[in-house]
Amino acid sequence: MSLLEIKDLTIRYLTEDGDVKAVNGISFEVEQGKTLGLVGETGAGKTTTALGILRLVPEPGKILSGSITYKGQDILRMSEKDVQDLRGNEISMIFQDPMTALNPVMTVGDQIAEVILRHQDCTRVEAQTRMMAMLDRVGISGDRAGDYPHQFSGGMKQRIIIAIALACNPKLLLADEPTTALDVTIQAQVMRMVNELKREFGTSMVLITHDLGIVAESCDAVAIMYAGSIVEYGSLEDIFDHATHPYTVGLFGSIPRLDIETDRLKPISGLMPDPINLPTGCAFHPRCPYATEECRLDEPPYWEFTPGHLVRCHHAELVAEEATVS
Amino acid sequence: MNETVTTTAAVTGENEPVRLKKRGYWGEVWHRLKKNPVSMICLGFLTIMILAIVFATAISPYDYTAQNLMERFQTPSAAHWMGTDDYGRDLMTRLLVGGRYSLLIAILSVAIGIVFGMIIGALCGYFGKYVDSVLMRLMDVIMSIPGMMLAICISVALGSGVFNTALALAVGTIPMIARQLRSSTMLINSQEYIEAARSFGESDFKIIMTHIIPNTLAPIIVQTSLYIGGAIMGIAGLSFLGLGVQPPTPEWGNILNNGLDYIYDFATRWHVIVFPALFIVLAELAFNLLGDGLRDAMDPRMRQ
Repeated sequence: MSLLEIKDLTIRYLTEDGDVKAVNGISFEVEQGKTLGLVGETGAGKTTTALGILRLVPEPGKILSGSITYKGQDILRMSEKDVQDLRGNEISMIFQDPMTALNPVMTVGDQIAEVILRHQDCTRVEAQTRMMAMLDRVGISGDRAGDYPHQFSGGMKQRIIIAIALACNPKLLLADEPTTALDVTIQAQVMRMVNELKREFGTSMVLITHDLGIVAESCDAVAIMYAGSIVEYGSLEDIFDHATHPYTVGLFGSIPRLDIETDRLKPISGLMPDPINLPTGCAFHPRCPYATEECRLDEPPYWEFTPGHLVRCHHAELVAEEATVS
Repeated sequence: MNETVTTTAAVTGENEPVRLKKRGYWGEVWHRLKKNPVSMICLGFLTIMILAIVFATAISPYDYTAQNLMERFQTPSAAHWMGTDDYGRDLMTRLLVGGRYSLLIAILSVAIGIVFGMIIGALCGYFGKYVDSVLMRLMDVIMSIPGMMLAICISVALGSGVFNTALALAVGTIPMIARQLRSSTMLINSQEYIEAARSFGESDFKIIMTHIIPNTLAPIIVQTSLYIGGAIMGIAGLSFLGLGVQPPTPEWGNILNNGLDYIYDFATRWHVIVFPALFIVLAELAFNLLGDGLRDAMDPRMRQ
């Protein structure tokens, strides 16, 4: 059985201008100790999905249907208190921007110790000891525990946030673009550390990103999200070597490759659709080079291209064929 | 040998701006406050005044209630630095003892105002929706009544006395602090570290107490100094009108009111009006200027 199983999750923001269809019936699983990459453009619903898992979708967001099964229990049916006990202890989250994710008037040591005290049955002194050990694990010397967030650099702050997230040894880590706000060298350093700690603690991870390079390095399975639904889902190999959805193919076409000489990149034309008025049929059809009348009218069902490799496109076979040829 | 010493000194001197050993937040504020001469003069003045007020009965050779009808309306002299009043009581002793009531009530009223204002403001800002609507409309009602009139009404209704006077003045400050805290709570509530705290399973109460309140404190502390200045004025006003602290208990407002009866003879009895007025004005001025200085010192943009 997988650690986390999401079925048919639908989340909407009920605004005065209409319902923002942020997440539209997505399903995926995260296996014990594995990493799932959730990839998509800004606004594809990745962060909302992660917040939904913690039941922290901000107002006016509502989880309309679906189930989030964690260790056999549906998080959506738990009491608020049980969910609070779960957050930070069993499932924790790393935020995108380390500059704003730490309380500026609390020492970093206190912020790490706070989580330990909240969830573990231990004294203040024990929490202090564990906090020091955690700081040490993320490569920050223990005598800096009394310092405030503004006294650290961005990369160090992100490491502190990782220390907070891992302080209670959670089973599942939701990393929401953990490296987006950092520069490239620090990105590599932080990702290496996350992967190391993940292996050490046996943590599973949902890695939200739009950086395919990070996905290639860290993920076991990949889900490509577009306009609130997963358009392609499969193992790292399935996605990287046998992309069968035109959107996935487009994503790979728009990143530069070192091994092939190209003059111009091929970006995906057009923009993300307005999530209040999603296009009929396949949400990607206005931007899709393969689009036909069928795409405009019918939403494509999931189609199992190879075992475990799901794709949601009427023309998947054609796309796959062309991708192999080129 | 001497040279080495000087060099080291020069090096440390040069390195000073790049302090590696950092002061805490309050150390930093104090460091900047020290550079502001006006604030330091005010702070010095307030320290001396508060010490004199606290130890008034020990310093002064006179009893503040002892009447001496042979020595009525004496102008300032070596024996009576600020002269004597209509019953021949030493005016300076009375003003210093009266200051105890002024300051005590001022601090008490601001404390009540801040505690309730912060609770209401934090609840409104954090929970929003109907909690916010109900409490804030209530605050608007209080705010719509002029502060002094509200204080007079409450004071009349509750009667005189230290606590009642403090309460009467506090009611007017609650909405002001509540509004300020509400807006800063809303601002902080949208910060990612609050979301992060929620994602670590913290309860609403804990989030308000450990993450929101400490982040809103800085402006409130500045306001405290300004409000205390205002409260001193308010108490003096109430006592002057015969509400608040009642004679024979001395208080700056009622001493001033007492002196006002003799304004027809200002040329020889000026001191019974000028000195109480001076105490009120200087105390308020010092608190206000110190508050301004603190605000500047705590403003991160002033940080060098």
